[in-house]
Amino acid sequence: MTDPTPTDTAPPPPAGTLGPLAWLRANLFSSWFNGLLTVLILWGLVELIPPLVHWLVIDSVWGPADPQTCRLADGACWAFIHEKYRLILFGTYPYDDQWRPLLAVMIIVALLAASCDPRTWCRLILPMWAIGIALVLVLMFGGVFGLAYVENTRWGGLPVTLLLSVVGLAAAFPVAILLALGRRSDLPVVKALSVVYIEMIRGVPLISLLFMSSVMLPLFLPTGVTIDKLLRAQIAMIMFASAYLAEVIRGGLQGLDNGQYEAADSLGLGYWQKVRLVILPQALAMVIPPIVNTFIAFFKDTSLVLIIGIFDLMTAAKAALTDMYWRGFYKEAYLFVAVFYFCFCFFMSKYSKWLEARTARGVRR
Amino acid sequence: MAGEMRGPGRPQPTLIERLGDERVRAVLFQVLVAGAVLALVWYLVHNTLANLARQEIATGFGFLDRPSNFAIGDTLVDYSAADSYGRAFLVGILNTLRVALIGIVLTTMLGTVIGIARLSPNWLVARLAAVYVDTVRNIPLLLQLFIWYSVITESFPHPRQAYQPLPGVFVSKRGLMFPVPEAHPGWTAALIALGIAVVAVIALAVWAKRRQDASGARFPVATTGAGLLLGLPLIAYLAFGAPTAFDVPALRGFNFRGGLTITPELTALLLGLVIYTAGFIAEIVRSGILAVSRGQSEAGLSLGLSRGLVLRLIVLPQALRIIIPPLTGQYLNLTKNSSLAVAIGYPDVVSVLNTTINQTGQAIEGVLMIMGVYLSISLSIAIFMNWYNAHVALVER
Repeated sequence: MTDPTPTDTAPPPPAGTLGPLAWLRANLFSSWFNGLLTVLILWGLVELIPPLVHWLVIDSVWGPADPQTCRLADGACWAFIHEKYRLILFGTYPYDDQWRPLLAVMIIVALLAASCDPRTWCRLILPMWAIGIALVLVLMFGGVFGLAYVENTRWGGLPVTLLLSVVGLAAAFPVAILLALGRRSDLPVVKALSVVYIEMIRGVPLISLLFMSSVMLPLFLPTGVTIDKLLRAQIAMIMFASAYLAEVIRGGLQGLDNGQYEAADSLGLGYWQKVRLVILPQALAMVIPPIVNTFIAFFKDTSLVLIIGIFDLMTAAKAALTDMYWRGFYKEAYLFVAVFYFCFCFFMSKYSKWLEARTARGVRR
Repeated sequence: MAGEMRGPGRPQPTLIERLGDERVRAVLFQVLVAGAVLALVWYLVHNTLANLARQEIATGFGFLDRPSNFAIGDTLVDYSAADSYGRAFLVGILNTLRVALIGIVLTTMLGTVIGIARLSPNWLVARLAAVYVDTVRNIPLLLQLFIWYSVITESFPHPRQAYQPLPGVFVSKRGLMFPVPEAHPGWTAALIALGIAVVAVIALAVWAKRRQDASGARFPVATTGAGLLLGLPLIAYLAFGAPTAFDVPALRGFNFRGGLTITPELTALLLGLVIYTAGFIAEIVRSGILAVSRGQSEAGLSLGLSRGLVLRLIVLPQALRIIIPPLTGQYLNLTKNSSLAVAIGYPDVVSVLNTTINQTGQAIEGVLMIMGVYLSISLSIAIFMNWYNAHVALVER
C-alpha cells in the first residue's frame, strides 16, 4: 500500500527542457548563428508569403473573364486557365469527344494506383495492365463500338504524356531484363553487345535519341513504309528507358547472394529455368524502389518530346500561350502544368521511400 | 571433354549429342545472336542507302566545309554566317562546354550548401532545404527552363529601365551586362602572376605535406597560399601601371553597348541546370554525411578538435568516398541535360547541329556528330572522376 508509484518519486525534468519555449531554443536559437539564420528566414518569409498569397488568391481573376480584366488586375489570371484548360489537358482532340481522353487518363491513374499495392504484383499486374492499356487505346483511337475514329496526330496533353511514359516503361521492361542478363552473361559476344548498347544510350542525351527517331528512323525503313510520329517518339523513349532500367535490374542481379545461383545450378535447372524461377523473382523484388525512381525520371523526361513536336502536356501549355489574344500569362500556364507533374512525381517519390522502408523491414527481420 | 573421351571404340558423336554439350550450345547461341544483330544492321544500312540514293542526298562529311549562312548570337570564338558548318560546330561545342563547366562548379557549391542545410540543427533551415529539394526534383527540367526564360524575357524590365544592382552592372530582359577592364598589359601581367601563384601554392602544399609526414612539423599553407594568390597578381598589376579604365556598358538606342553581356538564354539555361541538379546533389551530400558513423565525429571531438576541424579532417574525407561515384553521375546528367538548350534557343552543339540538319538534310551525319560529342564528353568526365575517386578511395594496406 505504501509503495510509491514511480511517478511520485521521479524528479521533475529540469526547467526549460519541455514545452514550446524549449523547442524554440533547441531547434531555432541553439547558437547565435542559428538565431541569426532563423531571424533572416522569418524576415524573408514575411516579405515573400503575403504578396504570393495576394497574387495567387486575393488579387487574382477567377472564372470566365476576358484578358483585359486580367491585365488590369494585380494577381494571377486564372481566367486564362479557365479558358484553356481543355486545350492544355487534351490538346486538339475533338472537343465533344474529350470525355474519352479523360476516361483514358482516369484508367491509367487507376492502374498506377492499383500497381502501388504490393499484393497485385504476383499475378494480377500483367493482365491488369494489358487489359487497361488496350481499353485506353480503344478509347483514344475509337473506330469501334460507335466511337468516332480519331487519328493519333490529334491526341494531345495529359493522355499523351501518360501513355508515352507508362507504355514506354512497360515495353522497355522485358528488353531491360534481357540486357541486364546479357551484361552479366558469361558469353563474350552477348556481354559485349549488351555493354555497348547500354553505355551508348546512357552516354548520349535523350534529345539525340529523339532526333534520331524523328529524322533517321524514316530512313531506316524500306522504301514506301512509313511510321507515324508518335510511335517514332515512343520507340526512342523505349530505347532510352531500357538502357537505364537494365542498369537498375543489373544492380538487383548483382545484389543477389551467390548461393542462390549455385543452389539453382545444383538443382539441375537450365539457364532460363534458373533465371525465371529463382533469380528474377528475388532480384526484381529487391530493385522495385529504384525502378519507381527511374519511372519518375522517365515521366519527367517525356516532356522532351516537345522538341520534336509531339503534343504532350508541356507542348499543349506552350500552344495555349501562343494565342495572341491571351498573350503573356505564362506564369499561370506553367504553374498549372507544374502542379500536374509535381503531384505525380511527389507522390511516386514518397511511395518509393515507403517501399524502401518496407523492404528494409523485411531484410532486418 | 567430348574430344578427350572419343576413343577408337566410340562412334563419332551425332549432331544431337553435340548439342547436349553446353559449350557447343554457347558458341552456337552467340553465333546466332551476332548473326541476327549483323543482319539487322545490314538491313538498316541497306534501307538507308537506298533511301538516300532515292532522295539524292550525298553521304559524308563534305558539307562541313560549306558556308553555313546562319548567324549565332553567342560565340566564344570569332564566327560569322560566312564561316563553314565545321566552324559553327566548333562554336556549338565550345558553348556546350562553357555551360557544362560553369554549371558543374555552381551546382556543386549550391548542392553542397543545401545538403548540409538539410542536416542543420535549425528546424527552419532544414525544412526550407527539404522543400527546395522536393520542389526542384519533382518538376521537369524543361519546364523549369521555360519558367526561367520567360521570367527573364517577359518580366524583367526593358533596357531603358534596367535594374542597376551595382554601379555599371545592368539587369534587363536583354540579359546581364557588366563592365570589363579594358585591355592593358597590367591585366595580362596580373593574370600571368595569378597562374604562377596557383602553381606555387600547389607545389607548397605538396612540400608541406611531405615535410609533415616526415617530421610532424606543420606549415601554415592556408595563410601563405592566400597571401601568394592575392599578393603576386597585385604586385604585377601595380608594377605594370595599375590600369583603371573599364569598358562600362552604356545605353545606346534600345540596347546596351560595351562591357560583357550574359545573354538571357545562357542565364536561363544556367539557372535551370544549376538549381535542378543542386536538388540531386544535395541528397547525395546529405546521405554521404549521414553514412559516416556518429562515433567518428564524437571521437574527433573527444580528441579536442573543433567542429570545423572534425568536419574537414574526419567527416568529409570519409563522406567524399561515398559521394563521388553518384556525384559523377550528376555531372554527366548536367552535361547531357545542357542539350535542352535547343528548347530556349541557346546555341549549344545540339541546336547548331539541328539547324545544320534542317539546312543540309544531312540527318545521319548530324545525329552521329551529336552522339559523338556527348559520348566523348561523358567518357572524359567519367575518366577524370574515376581518377579522382581512386585518389580519395580507401587505401588498403
